[in-house]
Amino acid sequence: MTTLHLSERSAVEIRKDFPILARPTVRGKRLVYLDSAATSQKPNSVIDALDAYYREYNANIHRGVYEIAARATEAFENARARVARFIGCSPGELVWTRNATEAINLVAYSWGNANVGPGDAILLTEMEHHSNLVPWQLLANRTGATLRFIPIDERGELVLDGLDDLLDGCKLLAIAHVGNTLGTIAPLERIVPRARAAGALVLVDGAQAAPHLPVDVSALDCDFYAFSAHKMLGPTGIGALYAKRAILEAMPPFLSGGDMIRTVEYGRSTFNDPPWKFEAGTSNIAGAIGFGVAVDYLADVGLGWIREHEKRITGVALERLAALERTGLHVYGPKDPDRIGGVISFNLGDVHAHDVASILDTEGVCIRAGHHCTMPLMDKMGWHATARASFYLYNDEDDVEALVRALEKAARIFKL
Amino acid sequence: MDDFYRDYILDHYRNPRNFGHLEAPTVTAEDLNPLCGDRIRMELLVDADGTVKDVRFSGKGCAISQASASMLTENVRGKSLEAVAKLTKEAVLENVGIGISPTRMKCAMLGLRVLKSAAIGSLAAWPDEE
Ligand SMILES: Cc1ncc(COP(=O)(O)O)c(C=O)c1O
Repeated sequence: MTTLHLSERSAVEIRKDFPILARPTVRGKRLVYLDSAATSQKPNSVIDALDAYYREYNANIHRGVYEIAARATEAFENARARVARFIGCSPGELVWTRNATEAINLVAYSWGNANVGPGDAILLTEMEHHSNLVPWQLLANRTGATLRFIPIDERGELVLDGLDDLLDGCKLLAIAHVGNTLGTIAPLERIVPRARAAGALVLVDGAQAAPHLPVDVSALDCDFYAFSAHKMLGPTGIGALYAKRAILEAMPPFLSGGDMIRTVEYGRSTFNDPPWKFEAGTSNIAGAIGFGVAVDYLADVGLGWIREHEKRITGVALERLAALERTGLHVYGPKDPDRIGGVISFNLGDVHAHDVASILDTEGVCIRAGHHCTMPLMDKMGWHATARASFYLYNDEDDVEALVRALEKAARIFKL
Repeated sequence: MDDFYRDYILDHYRNPRNFGHLEAPTVTAEDLNPLCGDRIRMELLVDADGTVKDVRFSGKGCAISQASASMLTENVRGKSLEAVAKLTKEAVLENVGIGISPTRMKCAMLGLRVLKSAAIGSLAAWPDEE
């Protein structure tokens, strides 16, 4: 992989590492990919790493004595160390999961069943993705606990006025680091200390943050951090849960079977140490290896550069979209690049978001339309559906221009 | 797909026909598109012979789902429930014309599915999957 200094990086250059971005669409348009909040594209280095594992050293890990099995095990654990370093924890605190959703479920079942009971409260926010809501609803149903919500105002900002009251009697605060519909960045530095003071543990859903912001779980002082590889240049089917070592030690197993045990008799078993205690069955070996290469790529570009780049593109996009207000375009959420991840939700006049997305598709512009897995937030805001454009390190001003031109086309077709 | 949004489609989207509710519908059905949450309700007034006398639809969604449903309601008065139950996806595609992409086929079929459900009194299969 080429190593460049941050200042030499540019989105144009980065794009060259992503083969899909060089492929025209069926209609012969340049692919303008503005849906990285759903899943990111993959650089050659990640694709090559998956290929190399299957071609050169495909073998099951742990306990294999032959050469390729040893090589696979080493690559797998090495990837864990790199992903752990990427978020500032030690490898023993990083459990592989399928994705952020499974990481949250692991906590809801294993930690939740053991630690949450009738009368306890779990505090969420009104902007959570279904992945950080439904598992807590089910936990509440199982245990008799209740859910509370930090409100979000009509601008899309979290309202922290009543936070201490909301935290009173809470066992856990589960909160998105960056919201996926409006891009709202949660002010964790103000929220986490108050949760601590109230005696609650803190789970951070980092699915939209780990790809875009420098993340250091020890500085955040959270107990759990959940994220997915596929949103951060890695493969699908692999994600991770960070949890503080002492908490992992005390947690009972989640899924059980091979690999997570120390000894097994017919009637009883003892369990492996964390993180393996939580990794039952054969893991997504290629995926983990690819995840390690993905964070290498991100670290090489630099999360500081990525954040500044996205802020700049988001700022340009907000400005250009504001000029479309005359066609009825309306942007939702905080309109300040400092306060949002590279995510912009909007609607175009009375045109349904799905129709907007279909017309944009004819111009090669990929955006998402619908409820973005935040149905309660949409209901609260009174939106049926929104269109959402999201940016990443490979997007540039040309992509924003293509978005604007395609939106102008949609406005023309709908006679706005 | 951009061919799809012709004037009469936009007209049905912005001025849906037979939109609203019947005072005393004989049969009703409602469903949503699992992909996007678009919702459609159909209400039919049926006489003793099983002939559709009146129809209303309501709902919220994209131009494809709303215009398809609107156009469908223009062709059901005077039909027997049996005939309504036998309508096929072509009945919709003839109305809405060319250009529905596979990703939006469910939007176009939602109204028909709900109408057929009302006619048979239980949830009908997706017309594009039959
Ligand atoms: C904020 C947030 N949390 C959780 C998830 C779930 O991620 P995954 O589907 O990879 O588990 C997403 C994905 O869209 C997300 O945006």
